[in-house]
Amino acid sequence: MTQRLPLIIFALVMAVIPLVPGIPPFWIVLLDNIGLAALVAMGLVLLTGVGGLTSFGQAAFCGFGAYTTAVLTTAYGVSPWLTLPASLLVSGIAAVLLGLVTVRLSGHYLPLGTIAWGIGLFYLFSKLEFLGRNDGISGIPPLSIGSFRMLSPDTIYYAIWVAVLISALLTMNLLDSRTGRAIRALRRGHIAAEAFGVQTPRAKLLVFIYAAVLAGLSGWLYAHFQRAANPTPFGAQAGIEYLFIAVVGGAGYVWGGVLGAGIVVILKEVLQSYLPYIFGGQSQLETIVFGIMLVLLLQLAPQGVWPWLMSWLPFKPARKPPDTSVKLEHRERAPGTSPVLLHVEKARKQFGGVLAVNDVSFDVNAREIVALIGPNGAGKSTTFNLITGVLAATSGKIAVHGKEVANAPPQEVVKLGVSRTFQHVKLVPDMTVLENVAIGAHLRGNSGAISSMLRLDRADEAKLLAEAARQIARVGLSDQIDQLAGSLSLGQQRIVEIARALCVDPMLLLLDEPAAGLRHMEKQRLAALLRQLRDGGMSVLLVEHDMGFVMDLADRIVVLDFGTKIAEGTPAAIKRNPDVIKAYLGAAA
Amino acid sequence: MNTTIMLFLLQDGITNGAIYALLGLALVLVFAVTRVILIPQGEFVTYGALSYAMLATGQVPGTVRLAVAMGLVAFALDLFFARKALHAKLVMRSVALNIVFPFALLGLVYALVGPHTPIAVNIALALLIVAAIGLFLYRIAFQPIAHTSVLVLLIASVGCHLALQGLGLVFFGAEGLRGPALSGAAVTAGPLRFTGQSLAVYGLTVGFIVALWLFFGYTKTGKALRATAVNRLGARLVGIRTTLSGQIAFLLASVIGAISGILIVPITTLYYDTGFLIGLKGFIAAIIGGLVSYPLTAVAAIVVGIVEAFSSFYASNFKEVIVFTLILPVLVLRSLAAPQVEEEKD
Repeated sequence: MTQRLPLIIFALVMAVIPLVPGIPPFWIVLLDNIGLAALVAMGLVLLTGVGGLTSFGQAAFCGFGAYTTAVLTTAYGVSPWLTLPASLLVSGIAAVLLGLVTVRLSGHYLPLGTIAWGIGLFYLFSKLEFLGRNDGISGIPPLSIGSFRMLSPDTIYYAIWVAVLISALLTMNLLDSRTGRAIRALRRGHIAAEAFGVQTPRAKLLVFIYAAVLAGLSGWLYAHFQRAANPTPFGAQAGIEYLFIAVVGGAGYVWGGVLGAGIVVILKEVLQSYLPYIFGGQSQLETIVFGIMLVLLLQLAPQGVWPWLMSWLPFKPARKPPDTSVKLEHRERAPGTSPVLLHVEKARKQFGGVLAVNDVSFDVNAREIVALIGPNGAGKSTTFNLITGVLAATSGKIAVHGKEVANAPPQEVVKLGVSRTFQHVKLVPDMTVLENVAIGAHLRGNSGAISSMLRLDRADEAKLLAEAARQIARVGLSDQIDQLAGSLSLGQQRIVEIARALCVDPMLLLLDEPAAGLRHMEKQRLAALLRQLRDGGMSVLLVEHDMGFVMDLADRIVVLDFGTKIAEGTPAAIKRNPDVIKAYLGAAA
Repeated sequence: MNTTIMLFLLQDGITNGAIYALLGLALVLVFAVTRVILIPQGEFVTYGALSYAMLATGQVPGTVRLAVAMGLVAFALDLFFARKALHAKLVMRSVALNIVFPFALLGLVYALVGPHTPIAVNIALALLIVAAIGLFLYRIAFQPIAHTSVLVLLIASVGCHLALQGLGLVFFGAEGLRGPALSGAAVTAGPLRFTGQSLAVYGLTVGFIVALWLFFGYTKTGKALRATAVNRLGARLVGIRTTLSGQIAFLLASVIGAISGILIVPITTLYYDTGFLIGLKGFIAAIIGGLVSYPLTAVAAIVVGIVEAFSSFYASNFKEVIVFTLILPVLVLRSLAAPQVEEEKD
């Protein structure tokens, strides 16, 4: 309830504003515009700030929403309320089509692609006969309930702000869920998320559609607010402005979108009305100031205004600790017939002319700790990537429980009960330890986006968080559970990664240099934990440079050098192996 | 359609394509060195073209005052960032570059401007003005955030575009301008007539492509510029002055943009906001070239020009739609072809 309190207060304040006697009608118009922009910006927050997909083309989706209702109501006489689902559907379908091409784009190709189709669609709107070309469509009927027609800015005000509040609520619900965590992990690259079963292309498409539908909603409201639609507000310039709004407010925060809309719309109004007095009657001066402010903002406060405001709050909104008594069912396990859990046979990986892994073969049996060691560049991490499906093997065979995985995607490998940590920590730094670890349990929940938005996922969610909290306790980080992952020391972050991997409920745990950055006592605790896991039935394959740690812990050791296996055996045998000594210390003088 | 029309369309497409190629080259250059996707490239075109056109009518373009103002801001920034370690040599260099140079330019413009100033002088002045603006733009807008992600740089770049385009309206007004032709010579080959203007376009484009390719492939400075783009810290550690690299890139890009503008302003009327669209078409070419390859960019630009010429003949209403959707299949192919590498983002 306390979490909802600020929202309720905000809703009440917004509801009362038009009723205040003597409030200038012009202010209400401004608030309407703020609400419309906030809807689009909220979608952009999810898309750009949270999901890391920059779009300059959101205005085009407003266009789809606005033109759909404009055509249906004027040419076919359909009631405005009936066109709402049609508008959302058309924006959504447009997003699916554009998204299928666009979200696959990597890096900076994505924003450039959105600029291109944003401009293309703008020209399309302004050239098509049935959309009224450059003049657009006018005479759109107002929204009405019974005989009450929302003709004036202060009546449609409620429609707009109810839409904003509901959207904000749904968006926040979505972000605070299993799907939301997957979306929030996107910005940090896809490898970590995929290692825990997240279908990243699908998650990207989802946010793309979600943002487009919000923009379509804004367009639909806009058409009935202006009672007309023409191409200008749906062009590239508008698309840029929406992005600006999100960046100003704070692209990573739902309320940042609303705040940014307020700041930018009011600022624009002030600039438009006062700049001509200062500089004489030139038009477009506000774009100059706008542009300069955007550059300044990026230099001074790249995070936006919202997080800066929040840092002034005297209290921090606390989160209820998860109830760890809720049980999460174990994953179904493939019936273990053979004692060989992981079978690697002549695995080979070639990068151009470099042979990173050269016909390496080894097995990991059930209840066994195997260490993979070798000098830098020996191909240890590449072997890990081959096993987990991050890289496809050039040739060779890799099987988990007899099932071939050599060319399976990471999402399939993790389903077989193989989970991993990374040599370079891949946590989402602005998510808490609990949320990061819960990503590990992604495959053990099944709530989708819609049920998350409507809060129908709470039972499922409680189980996932309880499991995450249990694994955090198991690795001994309960005190840090609500801290941001980025604020922990590197050693602790490695431990968080182990907790996340444990959340998979794995049979085989792959640890890439887990002891790096740990203190002596922490290493001992880690070793004890790994032994305990083995005795509980899990197998561990680890890459590690700390020889004391490895020799003490491993049941068996595989030694790689320049991509080739040079030795395999018990720690005692490896210590005496002349080839190993030569690889590490060089040829005897 | 007969052969004559086709030849005309081809010629038209190639002439426009050559301009797009020049711009595409500048974009590739700036991206390769600074990772900035230079949206304001279009403004360099209009600033160059319209400054030249105004000088030709004997007026002083407002751009020269902008150069002076930007120089002052750049000087202030230099002093502010170096406030902990101010020494005479640094201050002198900053004064020379940011104060003396633009004021000298201002003086020169006022001294030389007139209805009878030779074309060559006007061109030189216009180029110098835009070069100064390009140089200071990097100093003011991008140097302080040079270490950030491509995305942040891109958004800043959009901000610069908005500001410069708005200023363009202030300087040049909403009406379009045309400039005098560089030469009245013309060659006739079959049904086609090549004006001296279009021949200059071809010549300069080819010249720049070869020069840039040689510069980046075979000179030490060129290689240093490329190293800066790949890894700023690494480049600094081996003694490359990374800020200087950025300044050189912006200087070159603004000069190339201004030259393109001066080349087309006698052919078509340019408005304060025309540059953006022209620049975007250069972009499409640059992206097809993957933002790395000069020859590929040039070829792509010619293709864009030809597609545009033919679609304006067959479906003139949808010319822009066709040109801008051309980019999507290319982007998809590029993305699919690119190896799956993890992007480390900040």
